Amino acid sequence: MHNFDFVKPSSIADAVKALSGDGAQALSGGQTLTPTLKQRLAQPSVLVSLTGIAEMKGVCMGADGLSIGAATPHAVVAREAAKDYPGLAALAGGIGDPAVRNRGTIGGSLANNDPAACYPAGVLGSGATIVTNKRKIAADDYFQGMFTTALDEGEIITGVTFPVPQKAAYVKFNQPASRFALTGVFVAKFAGGVRVAVTGASNNGVFRWTEAEAALSANFAAAAVEGLTVSPEDMIGDLHGTPEYRAHLVKVLTKRAVAAAH
Amino acid sequence: MPKDTGIGASSKRREDIRFLSGLGNYTDDMQVAGQAHAVFVRSTVAHGRIKSVGTKTALGMPGVLAVFTGEDFKDVGGNPAGWLINSRDGTPMKEPKRPVLAHGKVRHVGDAYAAVVAETLQQAKDAAQVISDETEIEELPAIIDMAQALADSSNRVHDEISDNQCFDWGWIEDNRAAVDAAFKSAPHVTTLELVNNRLVPNAMEPRASIGEYFPGTGDYKLTTTSQNPHLTRLLVAAFVMGIPENKLQVVAPDVGGGFGSKIYHYGEEALVLAAAKQIKRPVKWTAERSESFLSDAHGRDHVTKIELACDKEGNFLAFRTATLANVGAYLSNFSTATPTFLHGTLMAGPYKVPHVYVNVKTVFTNTAPVDAYRGAGRPEATYSLERVIDKMCRELDLDPFEVRRKNFITTDMFPYTTPVGLAYDTGDYHATLDKAMELADVAGFEKRRAASAAKGKLRGMGLSTWIEACGIAPSHLVGVLGARVGLYDAATVRVNATGNISVMVGAHSHGQGHETVFAQVVAEQLGVPESSIEIVHGDTSKIPFGMGSYGSRSLAVCGSAMTKAVDKIIAKGKKIAAHMLEAAEGDITFADGKFSVAGTDKAKTFGEIAFSAYVPHNYPLETLEPGLEETAFYDPANFTYPAGAYICEVEVDAETGKVEIASFTCADDFGNVMNPMIVEGQVHGGVGQGIGQALLENTSYDENGQLLTGSYMDYAMPRADDVPFYVVDASCATPCTHNPLGVKGCGEAGAIGSPPAVVNAVIDALHRGGHKVAHIDMPVSPARVWSAMNA
Ligand SMILES: Cc1cc2nc3c(=O)[nH]c(=O)nc-3n(C[C@H](O)[C@H](O)[C@H](O)COP(=O)(O)OP(=O)(O)OC[C@H]3O[C@@H](n4cnc5c(N)ncnc54)[C@H](O)[C@@H]3O)c2cc1C
Repeated sequence: MHNFDFVKPSSIADAVKALSGDGAQALSGGQTLTPTLKQRLAQPSVLVSLTGIAEMKGVCMGADGLSIGAATPHAVVAREAAKDYPGLAALAGGIGDPAVRNRGTIGGSLANNDPAACYPAGVLGSGATIVTNKRKIAADDYFQGMFTTALDEGEIITGVTFPVPQKAAYVKFNQPASRFALTGVFVAKFAGGVRVAVTGASNNGVFRWTEAEAALSANFAAAAVEGLTVSPEDMIGDLHGTPEYRAHLVKVLTKRAVAAAH
Repeated sequence: MPKDTGIGASSKRREDIRFLSGLGNYTDDMQVAGQAHAVFVRSTVAHGRIKSVGTKTALGMPGVLAVFTGEDFKDVGGNPAGWLINSRDGTPMKEPKRPVLAHGKVRHVGDAYAAVVAETLQQAKDAAQVISDETEIEELPAIIDMAQALADSSNRVHDEISDNQCFDWGWIEDNRAAVDAAFKSAPHVTTLELVNNRLVPNAMEPRASIGEYFPGTGDYKLTTTSQNPHLTRLLVAAFVMGIPENKLQVVAPDVGGGFGSKIYHYGEEALVLAAAKQIKRPVKWTAERSESFLSDAHGRDHVTKIELACDKEGNFLAFRTATLANVGAYLSNFSTATPTFLHGTLMAGPYKVPHVYVNVKTVFTNTAPVDAYRGAGRPEATYSLERVIDKMCRELDLDPFEVRRKNFITTDMFPYTTPVGLAYDTGDYHATLDKAMELADVAGFEKRRAASAAKGKLRGMGLSTWIEACGIAPSHLVGVLGARVGLYDAATVRVNATGNISVMVGAHSHGQGHETVFAQVVAEQLGVPESSIEIVHGDTSKIPFGMGSYGSRSLAVCGSAMTKAVDKIIAKGKKIAAHMLEAAEGDITFADGKFSVAGTDKAKTFGEIAFSAYVPHNYPLETLEPGLEETAFYDPANFTYPAGAYICEVEVDAETGKVEIASFTCADDFGNVMNPMIVEGQVHGGVGQGIGQALLENTSYDENGQLLTGSYMDYAMPRADDVPFYVVDASCATPCTHNPLGVKGCGEAGAIGSPPAVVNAVIDALHRGGHKVAHIDMPVSPARVWSAMNA
């Protein structure tokens, strides 16, 4: 680790100000950033902690749906969203291990947009809105490929608002070593239709499987996707699975998510 | 009633109090006054010629005290291989020098070519980065694939070794013609090509070393993560640095696991000593996890073709194997013994097969050195045998249990000499197989299979009947086989004046539980409480010259030495008692902690004898020495031969290929068991590692020699939920016939016996599900299973 300064503001405005300095970087749960610092792969001069900002924390049900502060740890979401949005709570409860869930946050996960992370599937699959210090961004516009998002330099996510579907489920197939998603599928059934979001599989990061959405909107049953195929083109191929394997998993997990949705 | 103390009791592990409450004292915990910090500069390319090492800027950086390169050590001796193996044609193995720091060339990613010593760790790291940036290395094509390495003499790991081959070993060469003839006339031959996957040891504690030099006396002290402090002292003193042995103290304090990887002497240990001498301050180095991945000696990495010749009823006629064994870039200390005498000699298994021939070619590649890892050679032998037998059973439609049974060496055949040079002293392979089948409820398998099928899962059952040679090792035997060391062990029993006892042992405990078990054994022998006995290990200034712990040898070899030393204590005690009780020495008996005159009520307690030994006011000094301290060395007459039967059941998710272990049953013969709880724990750990190898652990270098699995993000270690609740039994014991405790060793068994049981179970499940898959290489990952099913 290189040396850095550390500040812990208590308001979004102060955080934004601190982040406008040269070499400043936001620190939320630190579950991605700290290992990067320890490996000397990042060299920020100032770390701006977001976890002391009360308005960025907590889970609350409102008119637009379920709002989660960006600095809310996964364990809190797993606990406090269980009643209003059990499918999302279960996703949060399946991230990493207890230590990771007690530190890692939804905002950090979305800002990082790891192609194998779980939250991107939940957010895109729910059609959620990402709220920043400047604007609101629809999930469909937010995710722009591996580790790439619509966020501007210095922009911080302050919260996420989820419309709550009638039924939803996330099914993750663990990469054996990291236990991130080798492939994960989030299925959400709304009155107006079904959304299916896939993480872990594509070279372009999280994506919607629109054919499955159409089929499931017509008939919300695992059998509805039976006849569909997923192209291995542009799927990730690595030590843990070929593109063909991942394409195959997308369909298997979609069926399982539909069966599990409640 | 189970015993609650002494031999056979499940005494709680006394060392766990400090291990589990953060009170251990590991090398990195030690803060030596004035210590400086070393950081190694490691190659980022697999193969390259060093043009210049950029030390200039670094030397002027803040806090930097010294910088070392390969040039500084080019004249010191190399780190030797412990065994000299001859090729089939009689020529000795190729033995390139292994330097402290790479000189001339770098030969694997992670090969250290420079080191910085600085006031703080951060300063040392900053300087190391600059050296790395300013060093010029001309990258050469990496040599990764073993077959290619042998075929292409234009590209060499060591310039002087044209074919990248260390040796081409035949075992036993004289058997070869008879084996070939047996194959020619055999009614059936099954052939299997397989890979025994390379493993990264991943001890919980990374390697760490502190070097100290005392200018006043010229003494050195090395505190290090070692499984065998005396061996390390010998290597550093006599071979690498030329320090007089009696001027070097090696301390291996609490060590957080080794699994083989901490047997060997590594260059970092020499470096901290040399640096300490140069700057006249203690120098500390602790590996980061990524350094451990790149530079600890890895395990396994065999590519094998095995053939089995048999009749149509499955009676074995011959085994023949051809193996390429990777030794990596340099010869680590045991690397030449592991694929040969710890592998080829086991290739008859527990079977009365008349003909066996083993060929092993060891190959240099631009990868981390490969050496012994829990089981060391024996898992490779067992996996090859038990997989090819399973394949043969399928080809001939024979019952795998029955085939084992009809081929087992029977109890009336011991001692039994195998065609690969070992003499098994005792065993009962039918008994362990029967026991495993009973405990695993083999008869009820069909019901469980149907229940799994109802959940959409394919269920399969796999068997492995394994044997190993441990209690390493009879010096007379290993000497003939090329060992450059003896493999005895030693113990000193010091009875203190107040009657409590310090036992200094050559074995080293790095998690095994010696401090508990050895105390149980001594307590039983002397009839004193376990709590009065302290086991001292891991410091060459305190313990006698022993060879440390590996190869499941601690109790069988060092425990035997300890037992013999205690016998000497009792003999001396009798002399003292005879004097005190004014009786003839021959009339003194010892039992339950008391020395008595036979047939009288005259007696002295152990404590009284001890006190008298140190307060010898009226001793007849010409015939009775004061003191009560004895040392014994023990060199085993033979190896010990633990054996057993493992049965694994798996459920395979046919849609995803994911394998879950549904049950795992072990029936082992470890001879006499000193502490059943600790033995069971050793089996749990070993099987856990075996399941890791079978399902999860994959060490993968790309064609440029970059380690793709260099962190836990990609290297899958088994976790608690990857393994089942084991059923473990050690009741079918046939005590070892040639050591005093009748013990055989249990540390490696689980890792040896389990991988083929797991893979056989997966193949069985697939066949039962209609997928005629002949073989899947380990790790049997979901993706590999799915690919095999959909090939
Ligand atoms: C062992 C382990 C296992 C894991 N397993 C999983 C898993 O199974 N599934 C999964 O999805 N994830 C997993 N994770 C990731 C974890 O869930 C974290 O959510 C993730 O690392 C990022 O969140 P964080 O709060 O720790 O962010 P940090 O590490 O603090 O920050 C990450 C990045 O986001 C930026 N950032 C943080 N917050 C904001 C914000 N509000 N606005 C803008 N930028 C911001 C930071 O500057 C940094 O660049 C795992 C992590 C570990 C260490």
